[in-house]
Amino acid sequence: MAALLLLLLLAAAGPGPGRADAERERRDALQEELLLSPLPTGDVAATFQFRTRWDADLQRGSVSHYRLFPKALGRLVAALGVRELHLALTQGFWRTRYWGQPPLQAPAGAELWVWFQPTVTDVDKAWKELSNILSGIFCASLNFIDSTNTVIPTASFKPLGLANGTDHHLLRYAVLPREVVCTENLTPWKKLLPCGSKAGLAVLLKAERLFHSSYHSQAVHIRPICRDASCLAVSWELRQTLTVVFDFFSSGQGKKDWSLFKMFSRTLTDSCPLASQSKVYVDISPKNKSFPQEKELLEVSPPPTSVHEAVVQGDKKTYAVYDLLSPSLFNTSRSLNVQLKWKRPQDSSEMPIPTLHAQRYVGGYGLQTGEICTLIYNTHPYRAFPVILLETVPWYLRLYVHTLTIITKGKENKPSYIHYQPAQDRRRPHLLEMLIQLPANSVTKITIQFERALLKWTEYPPDPNHGFYVGSSVLSALVPSVTAMKDMDVEQSPLFTSLFPSSDGSSYFVRLYTEPLLVNLPTPDFSMPYNVICLTCTVVAVCYGSFYNLLTRTFHVEEPSRGGLAKRLANVIRKFRGVPPL
Amino acid sequence: RDATRGQTHPCPPAEERLPRVATLGKGDPMGTARGRGAGPPGGTRAGMAAPLVLVVLAAVTVRAALYRSSLAVFIAERVEVASPLNAWKRVVEGLALLDLGVSPYSGAIFHETPLIIYLFHFLIEYAELVFMITDVLTAVALYLAIQDFNKVVFKKQKLLIELDKYAPDVAELIQTPMEMHYIPLKVALFYLLNPYTVMSCVAKSTCAINNSVIAFFILATIKGSAFLSAVFLALATYQSLYPLTLFAPALLYLLQRQFIPIKLKSKSFWLYTMQYASLYLCSLVVIICLSFFLLNSWDFIPSVYGFILSVPDLTPNIGLFWYFFAEMFEHFSLFFVCVFQINVFFYTIPLAIKLKEHPMFFMFVQLAIISIFKSYPTLGDVALYMAFLPVWSHLYRFLRNIFILSCVLIFCSFLFPVLWHLWIYAGSANSNFYYAITLTFNIGQILLISDYFYAFLRREYYLTHGLHLTRQDGTEAMLVLK
Repeated sequence: MAALLLLLLLAAAGPGPGRADAERERRDALQEELLLSPLPTGDVAATFQFRTRWDADLQRGSVSHYRLFPKALGRLVAALGVRELHLALTQGFWRTRYWGQPPLQAPAGAELWVWFQPTVTDVDKAWKELSNILSGIFCASLNFIDSTNTVIPTASFKPLGLANGTDHHLLRYAVLPREVVCTENLTPWKKLLPCGSKAGLAVLLKAERLFHSSYHSQAVHIRPICRDASCLAVSWELRQTLTVVFDFFSSGQGKKDWSLFKMFSRTLTDSCPLASQSKVYVDISPKNKSFPQEKELLEVSPPPTSVHEAVVQGDKKTYAVYDLLSPSLFNTSRSLNVQLKWKRPQDSSEMPIPTLHAQRYVGGYGLQTGEICTLIYNTHPYRAFPVILLETVPWYLRLYVHTLTIITKGKENKPSYIHYQPAQDRRRPHLLEMLIQLPANSVTKITIQFERALLKWTEYPPDPNHGFYVGSSVLSALVPSVTAMKDMDVEQSPLFTSLFPSSDGSSYFVRLYTEPLLVNLPTPDFSMPYNVICLTCTVVAVCYGSFYNLLTRTFHVEEPSRGGLAKRLANVIRKFRGVPPL
Repeated sequence: RDATRGQTHPCPPAEERLPRVATLGKGDPMGTARGRGAGPPGGTRAGMAAPLVLVVLAAVTVRAALYRSSLAVFIAERVEVASPLNAWKRVVEGLALLDLGVSPYSGAIFHETPLIIYLFHFLIEYAELVFMITDVLTAVALYLAIQDFNKVVFKKQKLLIELDKYAPDVAELIQTPMEMHYIPLKVALFYLLNPYTVMSCVAKSTCAINNSVIAFFILATIKGSAFLSAVFLALATYQSLYPLTLFAPALLYLLQRQFIPIKLKSKSFWLYTMQYASLYLCSLVVIICLSFFLLNSWDFIPSVYGFILSVPDLTPNIGLFWYFFAEMFEHFSLFFVCVFQINVFFYTIPLAIKLKEHPMFFMFVQLAIISIFKSYPTLGDVALYMAFLPVWSHLYRFLRNIFILSCVLIFCSFLFPVLWHLWIYAGSANSNFYYAITLTFNIGQILLISDYFYAFLRREYYLTHGLHLTRQDGTEAMLVLK
């Protein structure tokens, strides 16, 4: 209600003070959408996207009046010369093998990658400052981003927005795999939304439900985009996305039927009055492609406003669309509670396997050495494609790049591009970037050995025997699609299709993250620094003492002794008594 | 203590053989030597070559067999023989980085000098052969050096006997050519067949190369070639920094060989010192510049010498540094790094003063101190000074704890892998176990060296004062350090 009042006030004040202001105000727009997709395993993924687009150049000229675009982020972008900012806070791991390709995946923990403007002179300083400010905004431990976990990838992270020139020295990338994401990160994220969590899709974002899930990932993407087709002016886009996977088996009901209320314990009652688009998409595409007649496997209620067909990530998908802005939707009932029922039990054996997926684990035993193994699967029946692998390993696992082996189908697979930056103790991590060709229908095994360092006792985190996290490795690939894609108008297509630019109709871009690793390091005994200092210094003193003796003294024939202690004492007493000594 | 001062005087013609040997009384060790017709020790070089070849063959066979066995991988991973400074895995990594177009010094893995890169750039395929040859060369160099040294000792002894500087009843302390005859061979044997050296060689630790350079430096010094000595010393310094302290014994030895009296007021002393120092510094500068031109960067200076001095890598080894600095409070760290590093350099000057007449013994003690107090010691370093133990076999009767100390060192050597296994693989022990054994091993080494030092000083005392000391009242006297 308050928001509506505000809107009315704004609309009333619009033509009054100045035309320019009013125009600028009109030039920002909010689109919100929710994508519900049942996953092959029976879980449900819900992806929220809120896109704020502002037709103003944040970098040029002083923008003082913010309407929909959050001021905190806008001023940050302007002050630190940020060209593109991507921040993701994730709890859990997206299981690509079982859940399929996500619209947007993020590694476990916190991930931040930023492209700076070429005008920024000291990128490292700006990066440090930025991570500290973001740490404050999102209540996350991003202030732990320093040179020991920051890398400069050369090939994996291209700017997603409008960019001229991609000098990778302007890029910084960091992952904090240890970061735990919780309510305190969600609240500031929600506050950035123009309607907060008062109206629109955001009412569903109830922390209690969102964190009772198998996977939770919230992200912020800021990038400059073309204002129009001619691309003469720049607009800024802020995308806030939130993906959550609900596990229905664990919630004890055993049935795969679900509804908005079951998931979020809320229903939708209205759209955000500031939004120019507010839609709910439900993925109702048939699971089994070979039997298209089984389309009617799922039953959606209430009946959708429309049905949208699109090719997403190489797959033809059908979506039931509910447009919250259409007045007919809330006519029949006060609230919208999308429900989906399976017409008959789904057989899980027919799970579609994604074209590209990967897994990673630590091999070896003991605390001296180990091996990081990455398995990359290309299940495409006849097309080979290259993939860029980015591996960031902290310095305390000393990688030996000469032990790097890449084996595909029993043969050595030489990477066509390799960029390796060795770590420096306590200063920077290892960075390994490779371009690997994946033959059709193959598994590629990449192994590299490492040695576990012994750290100073103050460098271990609390509970050191829990182990150390190694961030996910990043796989970026243009995966050839089975179905030809049409070139769509970016502005018209659903939001979840449009963050990554699609190069052409025959392939689509995929970025995958592997599992984070947990590696144990040898530990010193934390209870005895004093003992060690004393004992080692004693050994040094033994050496000093015996050498000092031998160096300063000379041999002498032993003089007749002056007697024992008793005799000497007796003599002292005798002296006092004035008696001649013994 | 003044007894040996005489040897700084010009040497009389060597042909004039032992005219006064009869004054020594009943022992007459030189007489036996003359009786057997063996001149100064090592004179029958041809006769000694065959056993040396046998030793070399045995050593090479053992190494070749171990290289082929499954033990090779196990040994190469041992932290006792492969420190961060000289592990073969890291050399290979450095070469791999170079192949990738990355400077090997940009990471924290590779800490070898550019000359090692250059050497193995060509010889990486023959690494096993290189390490075997290096070990053999070290042994041969030590063999020749000790052979020559024994001749000098023999001459000096003879001269002192002639000058009547020894006490009359010390005949049994005099080293006979018989005893000295096999010392060079024993030295070669001690080096080549010492399990420490064998392990070090099988692990392909570049410590073997440093040892070889030091052996050649000793050979050049004993042969009296100031130039070669300075060059090899510069090379050794360049390789591992600490041999810098060997400058003092080498200078003393060369001065002694040139019959230049070691007096601070003497002009010739300073002239010679300056000459040797400038030779040394020039060759060091040349080598460092050469390294610069090999990779065209100075990155190796912080990565090699900075790494040695600041001890950032705390991988466990047999030394004292790793656990100490793992447990150190952060803001005392720098102070204690300085305190620990100074230990290597600290004893040099007092030792030079005390042992100025005995530069070879000084060299031995200094080598031992280096191997105890260097920041990343390995068993290869220990093996180098242990090779000299046969040279001091005449001190055996004055050693106090040799049995206990040998047992300590041997048991520690066996306990290293056991406790390592318990800590790292079985998880049933913790780091303190391994730390304890490094402490014991180092105490053992320290006591061994000080025992040898004590025995050496005591023998020197007996030589001048006579073996059978009596008190004023005629009873047998005890000898004490005061």
